[in-house]
Amino acid sequence: MTSDFDKNNKNHDFEAMILPHLDAAFNLARWLTRNNQSAEDIVQSAYLRAFRFFDGFQGDDARTWLLKIVRNTYYSALRDDRHERNALPFDETLHSHDENELDMSVFGKGNNPENILASLDTKRAVDQALESLPLQFREVVVLKELDDLSYKQIAEIVGIPLGTVMSRLSRGRKQLVVCLMQQGLGG
Amino acid sequence: MVCSESEQLLMADVDGELDAADAARLRAHLAACDACRTAHAALTGLHKAIKRQATAYVAPSHFRQQLAASLPRTQARRKFAAWPWVWINFGAAVAFSSAFAVMLALHVSVPSASDLLEQEIVNDHFRSLMAEHLTDVASSDKHTVKPWFSGKLDFSPPVFDLAQQDFPLIGGRLDYLAGRTVAALAYRHRKHVINLFVWPEQAGIVANKPLHLSTRQGYQLASWSENGFHYEAVSDMDVQELGEFRRLLALHSKKES
Repeated sequence: MTSDFDKNNKNHDFEAMILPHLDAAFNLARWLTRNNQSAEDIVQSAYLRAFRFFDGFQGDDARTWLLKIVRNTYYSALRDDRHERNALPFDETLHSHDENELDMSVFGKGNNPENILASLDTKRAVDQALESLPLQFREVVVLKELDDLSYKQIAEIVGIPLGTVMSRLSRGRKQLVVCLMQQGLGG
Repeated sequence: MVCSESEQLLMADVDGELDAADAARLRAHLAACDACRTAHAALTGLHKAIKRQATAYVAPSHFRQQLAASLPRTQARRKFAAWPWVWINFGAAVAFSSAFAVMLALHVSVPSASDLLEQEIVNDHFRSLMAEHLTDVASSDKHTVKPWFSGKLDFSPPVFDLAQQDFPLIGGRLDYLAGRTVAALAYRHRKHVINLFVWPEQAGIVANKPLHLSTRQGYQLASWSENGFHYEAVSDMDVQELGEFRRLLALHSKKES
């Protein structure tokens, strides 16, 4: 009887604390996978994992905890997928630069994204630019701009130091500007 | 502050991660540095543009339902889990076994067809005496009683005058037994009234059923069939007298046929 009672409590708590963050989980999965079906699959298995690990959850930041699981679920699915295909593509954009280098020159005169965006089908352009970002930059930008998470929360989710969060965010944004400018010129 | 330092602070500022002291230092630098001011504006613009324009996906409703349903023992199932299953199982077991016991008892105690018929016969006999409704046609003459039945029954019951043998005929009436209308003949033996119910055997059954005697509520019953008729006799006579009555009937019926 006692165990049933505990299980009921667990179910109740899980529903009250974790289910409300479904949209945030789906948004992250959707931006990581870039399509709806894969996002649903990822979120589905992430929620099952979350339910399993829920006993170990003691923090008060359920959203960060859940998003971390969603991200891990995606990366292990990606690993399995790549293992199956026997291919491990090397992300050049990620490894070609020193991650701690911060170069603001791209935000120079005339490169204000607001001006660039004024001439574009902005919604589509922004989505496309974000989707074109390498995964490691895309995730921090999405977590920062769409989920409005702090550097600390992002560091927790991605599992990297604060400084790395900042440098990835910075480089991701620069690439976004470049991408938007190219779209502006091309379109 | 030099520009290289401000670059880090710029982003922290846009992202709302700057403490008051650093914010003040950044303001001072931006006021003096055009390049950093432009970069700051660009970064703020990008920040706003993404926030406003990038799609914030929401879980499709079909997926939301599917997910909620797939989680182990959520919502709907939880209600059942909260039930005291041990006691419910125990209760169900008790309920089923008592239901079985009751069915068994009913089955065992259910009266057989012949039991029911005997009870009916006694009831009819009793009623005929109580309500002073022993006969519809009161006559000791079989030539009055026998024709009385024609047109009232689909058969003509054998009626005998046994007055010489101390079983005078009192009369006849219609009665209802075993789901059909039957002939009821009343005879008397000293102070005893005998009800004799007669109806034809079911079609196809020609075998003569041997005499069956029984006692119920103090009444003697005799049951037999002969020459296509089924007889049920009931009376408060003793068994020997009832046996004698039956013997006389058989004798007369043989004599007539």
